[in-house]
Amino acid sequence: MQHIIEQFSQAIREAGDAGSPLRIQGSGSKAFYGRSTQGSVLDVRPYSGIISYEPTELVLTARAGTPLVEIEAALAEKRQMLPFEPPHFGSGATLGGCIAAGLSGPRRAYAGSARDFVLGVRMLDGSGEDLRFGGQVMKNVAGYDISRLMTGSLGTLGLLLEVSMKVLPVPAQELTLRFKLSESEALDKMNQWAARPLSLSATCYHADALTVRLSGAVAAVNSARQKLGGDEVKDADIFWRNVREQQHEFFKAAKTLWRLSLPSTAACITLPGQQLIEWGGAQRWLASDASADTARQAVTKLGGHATLFRSATPVDHPFQPLAVPLLEIHKRLKQRFDPHQIFNPGRMYPEF
Amino acid sequence: MMKKQDLIKQLRKILAADAVLHEQEDLKPFECDGLSAYRELPLVVVLPETEQQVRDILLLCRREHVPVVARGAGTGLSGGALPLADGVLLSLSKFKRILSLDPVARIARVQPGVRNLAISEAAAPHGLYYAPDPSSQIACSIGGNVAENAGGVHCLKYGLTVHNLLKVRAYTMDGELLELGSEALDAAGYDLLALFTGSEGMLGVITEVTVKLLPKPELAQVVMAAFATVAEAGNAVGEIIAAGIIPAGLEMMDRLSIKAAEDFVHAGYPLDAEAILLCESDGTPEEVAEEVAKMQAILSRCGAISLRTSTGEPDRLRMWAGRKAAFPAVGRLSPDYYCMDGTIPRRELTRVLHSIEEFSKEYGLRVANVFHAGDGNLHPLILYDANQPGEFHRAEELGGKILELCVAVGGTITGEHGVGIEKINQMCAQFKETELQRFREVKEAFDPSGLLNPGKVIPTLHRCAEHGRMHVHHGQVPFSELPRF
Ligand SMILES: Cc1cc2nc3c(=O)[nH]c(=O)nc-3n(C[C@H](O)[C@H](O)[C@H](O)COP(=O)(O)OP(=O)(O)OC[C@H]3O[C@@H](n4cnc5c(N)ncnc54)[C@H](O)[C@@H]3O)c2cc1C
Repeated sequence: MQHIIEQFSQAIREAGDAGSPLRIQGSGSKAFYGRSTQGSVLDVRPYSGIISYEPTELVLTARAGTPLVEIEAALAEKRQMLPFEPPHFGSGATLGGCIAAGLSGPRRAYAGSARDFVLGVRMLDGSGEDLRFGGQVMKNVAGYDISRLMTGSLGTLGLLLEVSMKVLPVPAQELTLRFKLSESEALDKMNQWAARPLSLSATCYHADALTVRLSGAVAAVNSARQKLGGDEVKDADIFWRNVREQQHEFFKAAKTLWRLSLPSTAACITLPGQQLIEWGGAQRWLASDASADTARQAVTKLGGHATLFRSATPVDHPFQPLAVPLLEIHKRLKQRFDPHQIFNPGRMYPEF
Repeated sequence: MMKKQDLIKQLRKILAADAVLHEQEDLKPFECDGLSAYRELPLVVVLPETEQQVRDILLLCRREHVPVVARGAGTGLSGGALPLADGVLLSLSKFKRILSLDPVARIARVQPGVRNLAISEAAAPHGLYYAPDPSSQIACSIGGNVAENAGGVHCLKYGLTVHNLLKVRAYTMDGELLELGSEALDAAGYDLLALFTGSEGMLGVITEVTVKLLPKPELAQVVMAAFATVAEAGNAVGEIIAAGIIPAGLEMMDRLSIKAAEDFVHAGYPLDAEAILLCESDGTPEEVAEEVAKMQAILSRCGAISLRTSTGEPDRLRMWAGRKAAFPAVGRLSPDYYCMDGTIPRRELTRVLHSIEEFSKEYGLRVANVFHAGDGNLHPLILYDANQPGEFHRAEELGGKILELCVAVGGTITGEHGVGIEKINQMCAQFKETELQRFREVKEAFDPSGLLNPGKVIPTLHRCAEHGRMHVHHGQVPFSELPRF
């Protein structure tokens, strides 16, 4: 496997010398996300496989090209899971792409996000140097937290080689309930319930129905079910998978899809279009033709930000523009990690 | 650099006269943090109370090339808040207001000088609390917690500071305001909030922190298990986790710390055990009953020589009191103690404790071990007497060996106390020069002038060369027989 790293490293050095950018890619399942970039493809998939998995340590380390399905299967065998329930968006999704995109699924508001479970990375920087940050232990404050910085940086700071993740046991019991509610009632309920110990693990509001998943010890789930009422949903696994993978009818019908990240208590959004609300109100999907300015103004006022998650035509700013001091820091970090500007340049923002 | 008197004059234009301290006796309380073996009087101490003042102080110091060290409550254990003789010590102790607490959104917006425990106290009437609970929580500040990414006995289940933060406002050395994170669950761009957490006051001065609050579990119960060997106790920890249980707390203490704690607080610990485990369950009463029964069964199966389960809240608190007071308790055994903070993969526990015992004999210094067993974070406490010539030096060397062992078995030199000034040499053992260079560059990206808390955390190239030489002198690379991770 070391020879693959050497090949990657050489490709990076050659690209640097030639000043020709690289497009880091796994299966391409998240190619739609962010800005489109130019450059020759560097396919990470050859560097694949689980390196170590110790169920009693709750830690798994795998190469970036490892298919997520392979990791999830190995975990399931030991009744463990990736707690942030990552969306795959394609059958070939890799661990590297999952961490580089930093996306999390339905459990996020209750268990934590992709970056919360990243413990360490091995990576190649823009000079092809092989570097390790973080580690395989749960608590580690030696040096700056570069492994979490890498999470969600869309490959603009380096090529991920290996990632160590904290994993958790699969809950003993899961149960999904549904309630007929208006949007504002649903927002109130999701916030009120989250303030009580009720074992929530996912929430989804769409078309006048609030769907709530409970996860935990059998006794805890049963007692929460008593307290909440509602109707039990059959085939709930399929429902949550469809929400996570955006295969739910709402997503299939959406031509332009905005992701609005908001304080969970933010009032109902009055922009035109259809919505699907997750994460207890903190993530609101909006299928709308509203202009970027309109969407962003509405969301910024409420303390959030808006991402143009999917659209038929490429756009210049899928992500909310950054405040000037933050943009400067982003540019400096990019300059230092990738001095020849060869890793996915412009994938996040036009400036770096 | 401008003269001290001129600097004081300039600072007094920004701050009231009593918020600029410069007399020797006023500076004294700030000469060290919790790592009192390192002391230095700062040039001046400033006590701002508004963000504008913080910004103006930073701009002045930036212009005049005066280094600045931020300080919270000064409970840090790695010398992170150690002042510089030619620098300004910027204390956040006047920033102690809880700005807002929203029980519906479950967030609290607080100033950095607010004590960790004060947040949970303010949230308690709403049935909420702030989860990370360092043992120093009655004293340490939330700003210091963010700067160190502090953990506590409940962080296996509820996470570290980084997992419980939403937003930080901070000023860079250039006086720029950074708003990192948001009141939503994420923010656009790189995850600078995560990068900033645990950065030990080197990237910016925190002026406001927004934290998540969690619903307080209805009930908590702790099971104490005694073991005849450390190995059995270590194995039991692995078995509990393999059974799919994430205890709310999972702590281990060895013989010496059990005895010290028992003598100090009379928590009812068994004195005939080589190790005890404290294993906590929280949740609804039904859930706790179910989990406690499972834990008891596993602990017995793993060879526990005695088991005791708390019978009520006072009993539970008493059982924890010994663990929470372990540091001061061990402190009573010896004039001085030195607290280490390595993390190891848990499976290496027996081997690491065995090596520590050997080091202890080699250096002629006793070592007591307390262990956040659930997450592999080990706190060996080295007992020494600073009045005996050379003892502190020996304690430091022994500590260094323990940390290097942690790295060699695939762990890290610090789990929660930070590198500060203390572990700067061991950074050379954990990281290669190219990795250290990335750290320097992260620092530069936030603080191009390098004036904010300089000299901490990241060793210079020169320093690593010196440190490396010291070890080569003793033989080869430390623990060359062990695989490197
Ligand atoms: C008895 C005892 C028990 C402890 N137990 C634990 C434990 O269980 N878990 C744990 O994690 N730690 C523990 N600690 C260590 C310590 O309490 C923590 O590191 C704590 O987070 C430090 O907070 P502080 O306010 O005292 O920070 P300080 O010591 O004042 O400063 C620590 C660092 O943070 C920086 N800093 C402080 N405030 C700011 C700010 N506003 N902006 C920017 N930088 C800032 C300083 O420059 C310094 O580098 C313990 C300490 C003691 C003495």
